Amino acid sequence: MKFNKKKATALAAVLASVALVASACGGSDSKSGSTKPGDATTVTFLPKNLGNPYFDTSDKGGAAAVKEFGGTYAQVGPQDASPDAQVPFINTVAQQGIKALVISANDPKAIGSALNQARKAGTKVVTFDSDTDPQYRDLFVNQASAEGIAKVQVEMIAKQIGDKGDIAILSAAANATNQNAWIKLMEADLKANHPNIKLVATVYGNDDDQTSFDKTSALLQEYPTLKGIVSPTTVGIAAAARYISTSSFKGKVAVTGLGTPNQMRKYVEDGTVTEFALWNPADLGYLAAFAAKALVDGAITGKEGDKFKAGKLGEYTVGADNTVLLGDPFKFNKANIATFNF
Amino acid sequence: MSTRTYAEHALPLWRRVLLTREFAVIGLLIVIALYARSEVANFDGPLTLPFLLLDMTPILLIALPMTMVIVTGEIDLSVASVVGLSSVVVGDLHQTGWSIPAAAVAALVVGVICGAFNGFLVAYVGLPSLAVTIGTLALYRGIAVGILGTKAVTDFPSKWTELASRNIGSSGFPVVMIPFLLLAVMFALLLHFTSFGRGVFDIGLNDEAARFSGVDVARTKFRLFVLAGVVSAFAGIFYTLRYGSSRGDNATGLELQVIAAVLLGGVSIFGGRGALHGVIAGVLLIGVISSALRLENVTVNLINIIIGLLLVLSVVSTSFLAWVSELSQKSGVIKRGRQNRQAPPANAEPRRRRQKKEKQ
Repeated sequence: MKFNKKKATALAAVLASVALVASACGGSDSKSGSTKPGDATTVTFLPKNLGNPYFDTSDKGGAAAVKEFGGTYAQVGPQDASPDAQVPFINTVAQQGIKALVISANDPKAIGSALNQARKAGTKVVTFDSDTDPQYRDLFVNQASAEGIAKVQVEMIAKQIGDKGDIAILSAAANATNQNAWIKLMEADLKANHPNIKLVATVYGNDDDQTSFDKTSALLQEYPTLKGIVSPTTVGIAAAARYISTSSFKGKVAVTGLGTPNQMRKYVEDGTVTEFALWNPADLGYLAAFAAKALVDGAITGKEGDKFKAGKLGEYTVGADNTVLLGDPFKFNKANIATFNF
Repeated sequence: MSTRTYAEHALPLWRRVLLTREFAVIGLLIVIALYARSEVANFDGPLTLPFLLLDMTPILLIALPMTMVIVTGEIDLSVASVVGLSSVVVGDLHQTGWSIPAAAVAALVVGVICGAFNGFLVAYVGLPSLAVTIGTLALYRGIAVGILGTKAVTDFPSKWTELASRNIGSSGFPVVMIPFLLLAVMFALLLHFTSFGRGVFDIGLNDEAARFSGVDVARTKFRLFVLAGVVSAFAGIFYTLRYGSSRGDNATGLELQVIAAVLLGGVSIFGGRGALHGVIAGVLLIGVISSALRLENVTVNLINIIIGLLLVLSVVSTSFLAWVSELSQKSGVIKRGRQNRQAPPANAEPRRRRQKKEKQ
């Protein structure tokens, strides 16, 4: 008898919890309309993860843009940069009826169905920094084209060595897709427009700090006439700059390429590096927010040839694959590096 | 069955049903859900319930066997790694041309093997489950990451990925709730209405006594770890299809959420006490709180802090209540008869642990 009562207790409890789920959570949408923010353009930024200085910078740019056009800005995101961690936040945006989601995708495909659900709920989806497959978003704001990256690096090294002399490239891994594409374009550009610059070697530091450091050392031993090193990877350029800043080559061998201001600040300030490039994440976020606004307003649909104004950045045209290009990479030097923190 | 009753000593049924730890959690869940409905914008929207349930499904599923494992006084920390491994098995086999159902069956078999390995080491070799499953947590995760590396398999047929997140008809309940409810009923029957389930509680209270009263302690534990493995593998299949992504690092850290929910639901970490309805309410409570906080754009760190505090409070409150009830028993406010019926107070448990150790 005692046991039977326990049975009854447990049974009642199970029934109660089932009933609870059905009643407490299974509500209708009776008053969701009244709680939605009015006509303001609500834009939510969803970076790969929070606490990442790069995204802090880009999202600040986005916040500035949203403020400029009088919308409502929010930033949410997971702790870890994994696609499954982004999904609940995408779902939340759909629940909130946010007008536009600006997202840097942790996976081109895995978050696709969540994005589609959000779009079905009326949210415009703009990807920036890291794209999804085109069918899952309305627009991709691309930070830089391969041509732009190659061009700006050749430009910088030519300027820094007086358009004449031997240079070397310190790349990431030998099979890194991006880097190899850029190097190919740089080689073509050098051949066509800078006949006095000779590319004597391309070495691979595997995006490892120590390997890149050692390769820099080896390059300088092997090619005493070397005038400059171009490193199209943030790890490589920092390692090369570190080596040169403490060696007798400081001031004699130029270092440039793609780097982040926080990593390169020291070397720009001590004169090892005069100028390096990357895109400006703040501008990227700014442009993405204006692109989101143009989509929400119906000014553009995201198809090729659509034009929209992006505040201080001017007018942009949507290119192939529903993509907007931010522009040429941004050059960092002694004059502007203090204003960046990423 | 001869029945003896102690009606004169027992509390009325309604008090025993309602004045339990489990119903405290259920009550808290109702209060917070109602509060969120009235105060949190969009919480009452049509998308909230399906998303909430989908988010919590892996935890709901794994919490079922985890409850039983913890009731025996053991723990399984490797469940999230089994989810990851099962996800990778589905992805890798799908890549080589297997159909989803075939790959899913293979993943379930892998889950059984993982659970059996844990169970063998714990039940038959007699190693502490904490140590064993910390080891297999690393081992299974290592295998998962080793198979796929840093790649991800994402080209799953949309027929299956849609099924994983679709609702039943136009209701707010995801299709996956059907297998969950079946499993929940099965586990509730097993734990609360069978002799096997009574054995599980006996082992948690005192495994020596359980052995002498005829419970096959080793076999029971072994079976529970196998159940944990196979249910985790099922959760892994769901996880893969819901997120459309098979990665070695899928569901990393999920084991802590599962254990947190189980403890929040009133299961004693020392074993011997707990009930599934409390656990299910505990999981949903975490789900409702996270969902409401996300809708308020609260950052993920703060969400973790709040849930962590809730868990600590819930564990502390158990000890506190036990202390209060002991005090009141000493002062004779409560009738003697009640004491026999109650679970041992929290401070009795470390002593039982000590006795176990001395025997070894």
